[in-house]
Amino acid sequence: MEISTHDFKNNAKKALKDKNLQIAMKRATKTFVAKREKAISSLDNFEELRSYCGAVKAHTIEHLDYYLEEFISNLENLGVNVHFAADGEEANKIVTQLALEKNVKTVVKAKSMVTEEILLNDALEAVGVEALETDLGEYILQLDGDFPSHIIGPAMHKTKEQITKLFHEKLGSKEDASIIELTAVARKVLRKGFLKADMGISGANFAVAETGSIVLVENEGNIRLTTSLPKIHLTVMGLEKIIPRLKDLPAFLTILPRSATGQKASSYVSLITGPKKETDPDGPEEQHVLIIDNGRSNILADPKLRDALRCIRCGACLNICPVYQNVGGHAYGWVYPGPIGSVLDPGLLGLDSTHQLPQACSLCGACGEVCPVKIPLPELLLEHRQRAVKQGLSAKAEKIGIGAFAFMATHPKLWNSATKIGRLGSQFLSREGHIKGSKIPVMKEWLKERDFKTPAQKSFREQWRNLKDEK
Amino acid sequence: MRVALFVTCLADQLFPSLGVASVKLLRHLGVDIEFPEGQTCCGQPAYNAGYLAETKEIAEHHIGLFKDYDYVVLPSGSCGAMVKTHYPEMFRESAKIYGKSKDLANRTYELTSFITEVLDKKDIGANLKDKRVSYHDSCHALRYMNIKESPRILLRAAGAKIIEANNSEVCCGFGGLFSVKMPEISAAMARAKTEGVLETKADILTSVDGACLMNIAGSMRRENVNIEVKHVVELLWEGVQNGN
Repeated sequence: MEISTHDFKNNAKKALKDKNLQIAMKRATKTFVAKREKAISSLDNFEELRSYCGAVKAHTIEHLDYYLEEFISNLENLGVNVHFAADGEEANKIVTQLALEKNVKTVVKAKSMVTEEILLNDALEAVGVEALETDLGEYILQLDGDFPSHIIGPAMHKTKEQITKLFHEKLGSKEDASIIELTAVARKVLRKGFLKADMGISGANFAVAETGSIVLVENEGNIRLTTSLPKIHLTVMGLEKIIPRLKDLPAFLTILPRSATGQKASSYVSLITGPKKETDPDGPEEQHVLIIDNGRSNILADPKLRDALRCIRCGACLNICPVYQNVGGHAYGWVYPGPIGSVLDPGLLGLDSTHQLPQACSLCGACGEVCPVKIPLPELLLEHRQRAVKQGLSAKAEKIGIGAFAFMATHPKLWNSATKIGRLGSQFLSREGHIKGSKIPVMKEWLKERDFKTPAQKSFREQWRNLKDEK
Repeated sequence: MRVALFVTCLADQLFPSLGVASVKLLRHLGVDIEFPEGQTCCGQPAYNAGYLAETKEIAEHHIGLFKDYDYVVLPSGSCGAMVKTHYPEMFRESAKIYGKSKDLANRTYELTSFITEVLDKKDIGANLKDKRVSYHDSCHALRYMNIKESPRILLRAAGAKIIEANNSEVCCGFGGLFSVKMPEISAAMARAKTEGVLETKADILTSVDGACLMNIAGSMRRENVNIEVKHVVELLWEGVQNGN
């Protein structure tokens, strides 16, 4: 995928005209929001859990050096090979070298956003290693040469009608196959893939410092197979995935599935602590963990943005966001869309190419309300807007306009005359008490898809002079 | 008790009838309302666009203007949230102004919650009997000022039948400059809002925020949807004139 965060506005316009996308997004986000709400309301201590999980993540992020060291030394004691990569390029080099060294021909992959972030599949393909996505949503996208539009529901932007057609064309399933039939077709292909794979690559939902465990949450069983069937298991994870103790985990496992899919628990939770031991009947003989920075330490070093690293990738802020609901994930132009994407992407890629994203928000505050780890998303979006202004990234006309506005707002006499001129001028554009079209900037934008009621000739303050004496 | 009206710049300039209704409704309840004429805007457009220095200048002007009143009442949750939440946040690091901003924040009330909380009244002698009303929870009133019940209490006491839309808490798409920076998304959000209102089959859509209503009504008119859209203060004042 090409990064197009700089072109959000155009991407969004296209998305709003894409009928299939509109149908798919309305269906999916509505369902996600309703299910989440139901699952949350079945808990009587959600607010306490939010505060607890938010505090655990905040503490971990503040002391990340300490916990990373603990995690790594525990991994090494378990016999796990630990790798580090400063960026995507280095990460891909490590993975491809490992694959070549171990004579790996095919890889099965569990859903992992960080491998999407670094374009790992392209890198594997370039050295002749076949990578098969085994999450159903990801598999659909791989078949179609498409990429994820949601953190947990990667194919959310596609309707089931589109997927039925895709499977019919690519896999020869029936033209009118049901969802169950489609799943069975995919399952057959994926099973073969699992059996022949030389290496399994997964992400991590949590990494427990105290035990060196990798925790993975899923519903399809493909992660369990990816991490246990092939001889080699590689975990690729961002450096912010750490939680300190095993006893912190239950709280996270309570809020994550509820916030993500609206389930009380996911179908599978895997805790992987080291490779296969002699007494274990199965499991990978070799385990690797690749810890990736790729811009995260910039966010970590930034006290105002640091809270964003608490994210546990549940997707609740995407589902609830009315902008995301309308434009879908691809419009944001990179792997992390929605409110958290608009906060993280500028941190990871820099504001120069991403400053449209924090503007893609009416500051309604719904995202901040649902976040299970209490990331102050609206405040962070505003922080990015303030930085964009300071860095001179805002439009010149806007800067001049706001400057003039602030000057008038602190000089009431000038304010009164200027607003009066504006109000009287608007009367010339008025038809039947409304303005429907205008070439004046700002008005023009408003009037694209909405009317504007013509302002009253007399402002309130002008009417006040009579009103004052009425009492 | 000295009570000032902060009419808000949008009501002053674009829908002054809301200011008039605010004054008349408060006088009807025995409040001797004053209007400090130096008032302009709370600064939210500049704040939301990321212009912190400019916003601080406007905020200091606003804080100074309203320093001598026991209460500052305004017919908006959004401008209220600006004063109550964002002013103190903005001045966190300047001790002297922080105190003043916090003080103003404590004295600032959205109009319907001023009636229910400060005047402690539910029945204000308004008659909205048999009116089928859908209430839009404007984002800033709901999430930053915790205003959910006050307008509903007053409407119910007036005999109105409130029919809740399933998207009553979803943003209408206005978002200040957002509406002109990303007009296509903003308008799509307004249309989604209208869909929810239409499902209720209510006759009137109301809210504590005129800006949201201006956005929704503008979209409805373009889409040829005919539902009366009226600010809750104007609706209540109309009810008072209808008498019991």
